[in-house]
Amino acid sequence: MEKHGRKGDISWISGSVVAAHGINDVEMGEIVEVGEEGLIGEVIRIKDEEFIVEIYENTSGLKPGEPVIASGKRLVAELGPGLLNNILDGIGRPLEAILKQKGPFITRGVKISTLPRNKKWHFKPTAMVGGLVEGGDIIGTTKETNMIDHKITVPPETNGKIVALEEGDFTVDDPIGKLETVSGIVPLRMMQEWPVRLPRPFQARLASDEPLVTGQRVIDVFFPISKGGTAAIPGGFGTGKTVMLHQLARWSNTQVVVYIGCGERGNEMCEVATDFPKLKDPRTGYPLMERTFLLANTSNMPVAAREASIYYGITVAEYYRDQGYDVSIMADSTSRWAEALREVSGRLEEMPVESGYPAYLPDRVAEFYERAGRVRTLGKPQRDGSVTVIGAVSPPGGDFNEPVTIHTLRFTGVFWALDADLAYSRHFPAIQWLKSYSLYANRLLSAWAQSFSDYSGQLQSWWKDFHQLFPELRDKALAVLNESSEIESIAKIIGENALPDDQRLILLTADTLKEGFLRQFAFDKVDSFCEPEKQFLLLKMMTDFHDQASVLIKNRVPIIKISSLPELQKMKRIKQDEGGIAAIRQLMEQCHKELRRIGEEYRVSSGV
Amino acid sequence: MAEKLQELTGLTYRGLKEIKGSLIMIEGIEDVGYDEIVRIRAPDGVERMGRVLEVGHGRAVIQVFGREIGLQINSIVGFSGSVFKIPLSEDILGRIFNGVGEPIDGAPKIISKDKYDINGMPINPVARIYPEEFIQTGISAIDGPLSLVRGQKLPIFSESGMPHNRIVAQIAKQATVRGKKEEFALVFAAIGQRSDEARFFIEQFKSTGALERSVVVMNLADDPAVERLFTPRIALTMAEYLAFDLGIHVLTILSDMTNYCEALREMSAAREEVPSRKGYPGYLYSDLASIYERAGKVKGRKGSLTQMPILTMPGGDLHHPIPDLTGYITEGQIFLDRDLFARGIYPPINVLPSLSRLMRSGIGEDKTREDHRSVADQLYYFYSMGMKARDLSRIVGEMSLSETEGRYLKFADAFERRFINQDENENRPIEKTLDIAWELLAMFPEDNLVRIEKKYIEKYGRRMRVNAPI
Repeated sequence: MEKHGRKGDISWISGSVVAAHGINDVEMGEIVEVGEEGLIGEVIRIKDEEFIVEIYENTSGLKPGEPVIASGKRLVAELGPGLLNNILDGIGRPLEAILKQKGPFITRGVKISTLPRNKKWHFKPTAMVGGLVEGGDIIGTTKETNMIDHKITVPPETNGKIVALEEGDFTVDDPIGKLETVSGIVPLRMMQEWPVRLPRPFQARLASDEPLVTGQRVIDVFFPISKGGTAAIPGGFGTGKTVMLHQLARWSNTQVVVYIGCGERGNEMCEVATDFPKLKDPRTGYPLMERTFLLANTSNMPVAAREASIYYGITVAEYYRDQGYDVSIMADSTSRWAEALREVSGRLEEMPVESGYPAYLPDRVAEFYERAGRVRTLGKPQRDGSVTVIGAVSPPGGDFNEPVTIHTLRFTGVFWALDADLAYSRHFPAIQWLKSYSLYANRLLSAWAQSFSDYSGQLQSWWKDFHQLFPELRDKALAVLNESSEIESIAKIIGENALPDDQRLILLTADTLKEGFLRQFAFDKVDSFCEPEKQFLLLKMMTDFHDQASVLIKNRVPIIKISSLPELQKMKRIKQDEGGIAAIRQLMEQCHKELRRIGEEYRVSSGV
Repeated sequence: MAEKLQELTGLTYRGLKEIKGSLIMIEGIEDVGYDEIVRIRAPDGVERMGRVLEVGHGRAVIQVFGREIGLQINSIVGFSGSVFKIPLSEDILGRIFNGVGEPIDGAPKIISKDKYDINGMPINPVARIYPEEFIQTGISAIDGPLSLVRGQKLPIFSESGMPHNRIVAQIAKQATVRGKKEEFALVFAAIGQRSDEARFFIEQFKSTGALERSVVVMNLADDPAVERLFTPRIALTMAEYLAFDLGIHVLTILSDMTNYCEALREMSAAREEVPSRKGYPGYLYSDLASIYERAGKVKGRKGSLTQMPILTMPGGDLHHPIPDLTGYITEGQIFLDRDLFARGIYPPINVLPSLSRLMRSGIGEDKTREDHRSVADQLYYFYSMGMKARDLSRIVGEMSLSETEGRYLKFADAFERRFINQDENENRPIEKTLDIAWELLAMFPEDNLVRIEKKYIEKYGRRMRVNAPI
């Protein structure tokens, strides 16, 4: 803190980049206040006498000679209770407070701290006075929201003996106790700070084989992601990236969700901020907002802050991970972050490589995604937490062959490829099943049984019998989808009528799968979230139908007999039926019966 | 007179260091701010505006608007002491301005003590009200599958020679929010437009009496390209003033954003910046966002700002950086199709690559009609299948199509002819639009309408079956 207040002045201004001089011991990454209005910026280059500052706010009207004051601090995130149920700008200023103070438009030079200083939290100690603690140890809790008990921990790299610790109502600034360290007695507070560009430390990385249940069929069944995994969603505009991320933020079974709106539309952030307080978490029944932390740097807010917002978000995610929670973080869109890097790099006249991006782009992408993972945290009691990172990518022209997409795919485990053709025919989520992949799929399939039953809260007998079947059904469905795309390309040349019946059956099943399983309505009351049991039953119904119909076709039953069954159309709609699982079971029975009837008519018995 | 004085408060200097295209360097100056507006008077007597692009101790780089021909080293540069601001009052309604905000209709200047920075300020995302009021344009292709709502930014992606101007004029004429009588105004920014195009709009507005409720900001094709960088910002500053200060519902038309982007590229090249795709600067996205995001509804303010930018896709290429980046920022796009145009369909809107992101919130029960969303979904599905069938029929011939494919193909034709196609003066209420849709859907057995709930088929579909095209 004693370093705060070193003063210099501006020598050159070009857009968001300002050169200054007069402070000799300025540090890379140090936060400085620039100009009479105290605009916030970060030191990004130092040479001889001069240093370059990237400013997080609009610089219009700034003049050479205006003061520059170095803070002695790096860009830090305030971590403590009050983060959840909140919406901040790219560098951690609460937008609601800005609205109250400044009106509906964002002016510059606003200084409001992230965590409210006047709010009191009830702190309950769990550690003993006299106990020895070290970085990461939990010393108490406070109820941050109905859904989250906020664990108060000793900041990393701090240790000593607790000499005082009190239960009571405190603000994040108040001392809740005292710690005797080698360098003297220091106060303990509920809030700590962490420089956002540095990953928070942990004990060890753990393997991650627990699936993140998203309630989205195409993801959970075909391209699953593990808790602690990384996923990329690239797609051109209008392919549904944002809706997909909103869906994941709504329904994923992590305890905490961090949502970063990075260079995207203001109305979309407004939608999240209005929707999430109203939507209920399917497991706890509390408003989703109570587990959500939002960062909004919309596309018209200053570019430089966009670059910082990604790091801010992941630091908050790591902080909750360190309390032992599973956290997922959605970044929409990482392309805007990369473009912010490019813009600043351009102003510094660095040598561009591909498409104007700086040569260090892949390093930055890797650093970000590597902050994901399941870990054993520092401190006592022993606990594990995870950060799952899901990043949207907005490739120019929807062409995946561009630097940001390419480098993102190198460092992520799941690829959900969004497809413009699917989007044009309003097939959402427009995840192209032929192009997408999940490196976690094999590992996760075996773990499905356990986590699904955890999800519904009870190990149901049906699931015991069936979960073994699951990988097989999935493979079967994928095979049908793959084969149908080949057949379709032939049908394009010779016409569907000229195809043999077994191939037409594949087209028929594939169509049912696409319409009745893959396609999911984000805005439908029933279909928006599909519980695991329902996913499994739908899949089983359709693959069973295919198997049984195949036997009939082999025995020369004409395809028209099968394709004219009204049950086919019903299978496509049953996902939205309010009767839920019971209705699906009933339809399954009905399909069996109909196919058996056709079999009897043609004297086919085996397998039906 | 007070105004004149204020304009001249900054310091004035004679003598430039260097002139490079539209950039000039000047030395020996004091107390100049970044982004400050300057006036440059060359010995030829012409006064030009300029803006400070970079500034250091005693020196600055200035971008000149207006013609650089005639500039001399011993020109006079006057610094204004502030960024680009325009005076605004209610009197802007019914007026015509040039691309830098000066009246060109012969009437007096706008006098007001309230001056507004043309760059505006970003709307705090939590201060926004999510747009959800349906605007009926009377055009089926928009109201049905691409509904527009108040506060949305919905661009038209067009090509040279297509009737985008006529469509926009029709929207400007017909747009209403049903059941409400509220103050409405139009702000039209002509950006690098041909004079005949601009005249078309002004005459349209005059003939419908809309001119009194309009503001026109005009930068024509032969006006200096650099001024185009200001034209949309001036128009939007006026629109924001009308919407958020005066509480009027404003529709802003920006035509043509491609010209704006060309001007931006020209400036960027002159400044020797590292180019990104096709020579456009790397910050094209942020720059466009600073224009398009100036739309919406704001808590505690009565009005709304709806934006319809028009852009002509260079070479009809949807993946060109201009339409591409626009699509990433705007809330959807209306795509005009040369093929439909060639077949005489007006408006030639291809609904498949088109999209309205905010449609969902503006339609349905109490807003349009309960069946609206599912009908639109079903139309999309059949039309996309119809397009596939059309491709196929070109290879195998219509005779070889299966019965279903044949039906899809017929549907696609009927959809274009009866639903999309309408007269330039025809104002279809939303019920009419949906009823036409049901007539077309009646070409299929009820079982095939998998994207529509049963109850709607019974309520709205059955009565339309009698009018089916087959």
